[in-house]
Amino acid sequence: MASTVKLELVTPERLLVSEEVDEVIAPGYEGEFGVLPEHTQFLAILSIGVLRYRKGDEVRKVAVGGGFAEVTADRVVVMADVAEKAEEIDVDRARRAYDRAEVALKDLSMDDASYTKMWGALQRAIVRMAAAE
Amino acid sequence: MANLRAIRKRIGSVKSTQQITKAMKMVSAAKLKRAQDAIVAARPYAGKMREVVQAVAGRAGQDAHPLLSSRERKRVALLVVTSDRGLCGGFNSNLLRAANRFLRENGGGAEEIVLFGVGRKARDFFRRRQVPMRKEYLNVLGTLSYGHAEQVANDLIGGFLEEEFDEVIIAFNEFRSAISQVVRMEKLFPVAFEQAGESAAADGIDYLYEPSQKEILATLLPKYVEAQIFRVLLESVAGEHGARMTAMDSATNNAVEMISRLTLQMNRARQAAITKELMEIIGGAEALKG
Repeated sequence: MASTVKLELVTPERLLVSEEVDEVIAPGYEGEFGVLPEHTQFLAILSIGVLRYRKGDEVRKVAVGGGFAEVTADRVVVMADVAEKAEEIDVDRARRAYDRAEVALKDLSMDDASYTKMWGALQRAIVRMAAAE
Repeated sequence: MANLRAIRKRIGSVKSTQQITKAMKMVSAAKLKRAQDAIVAARPYAGKMREVVQAVAGRAGQDAHPLLSSRERKRVALLVVTSDRGLCGGFNSNLLRAANRFLRENGGGAEEIVLFGVGRKARDFFRRRQVPMRKEYLNVLGTLSYGHAEQVANDLIGGFLEEEFDEVIIAFNEFRSAISQVVRMEKLFPVAFEQAGESAAADGIDYLYEPSQKEILATLLPKYVEAQIFRVLLESVAGEHGARMTAMDSATNNAVEMISRLTLQMNRARQAAITKELMEIIGGAEALKG
């Protein structure tokens, strides 16, 4: 019986986290889900959100901008499109991105091609600010 | 001798050329290092992606998604990945020659070829030959990011789903080492995984899918293609710098050789001039004596 799970968080540009942890809570497509050791095989789409993982009493946060998670009994592989560790997030930049996206969204209608894109940018900025707190 | 001055001037110009090639070599070496690091950093993602796609696709079978199922090959898309800049030896010409051969052998026959190109060299090459290109991506290689791979993947997948072509082949320089790049042609999609059907089933439990296997495949496969393209672009960039480094290194060596040859020539000419002058003086003195 594994008593920990190995969390591997990769983005297209780099390997962000590779650690043995006690618990992972990820922002799934249909809501957050928690993973403890000996979880059943599971494959989920991730939405934009904050991924948390616990090691002992210490909880760390990573902002992820969508992707996938593959869960097996002793492993969680997160393939995120973009991801940033909470401690690396530049809050000012996130805030500026938020402001920019908000302004842009006001001028766009729901049918515009870039609406979804800007909306995604807005969500990512919100999540990054939330993770950094 | 007037020749002396000409040779001196020549040496000067070769020297400054040598300085430029030397600087370019050093710049390429630094860029190569960075490109290599980028390849290494991107490897985990691509590897994991492959594992997961293989596992899911193996279980789902061919019909689960259009990107998995091959259909009759009538039109083929060829993505040619070159560099934006030259002065990198045979890097582009080898690749373009292979691509051109592919066009000759496969075009015109039963199949039609739709061309996509990355890099200015691909565009120039095919424009000269008046081969129409569907789309070209210029100036992306210097500041390569995943977003560029996404864009290329989107265009290719879009065309495939619209049935504008039935297969996508990618031609690029594979990065073996700083001095060796190999031209490769790879089928990008439809993705052909060996049908792991039985062995995967024997592996026991299928995944739980959230939201569903179908939807996961529909988002996973494009991502997989993106990751593949990203890898190819990274390799090509690293290969370009490697090739340029080698080319500039040999150019620098040639310059050194040329300078030493010219110096020899110059010394000979100077010697000849001195000898001639001496002869004249001696000749003059002899004449006075007589």
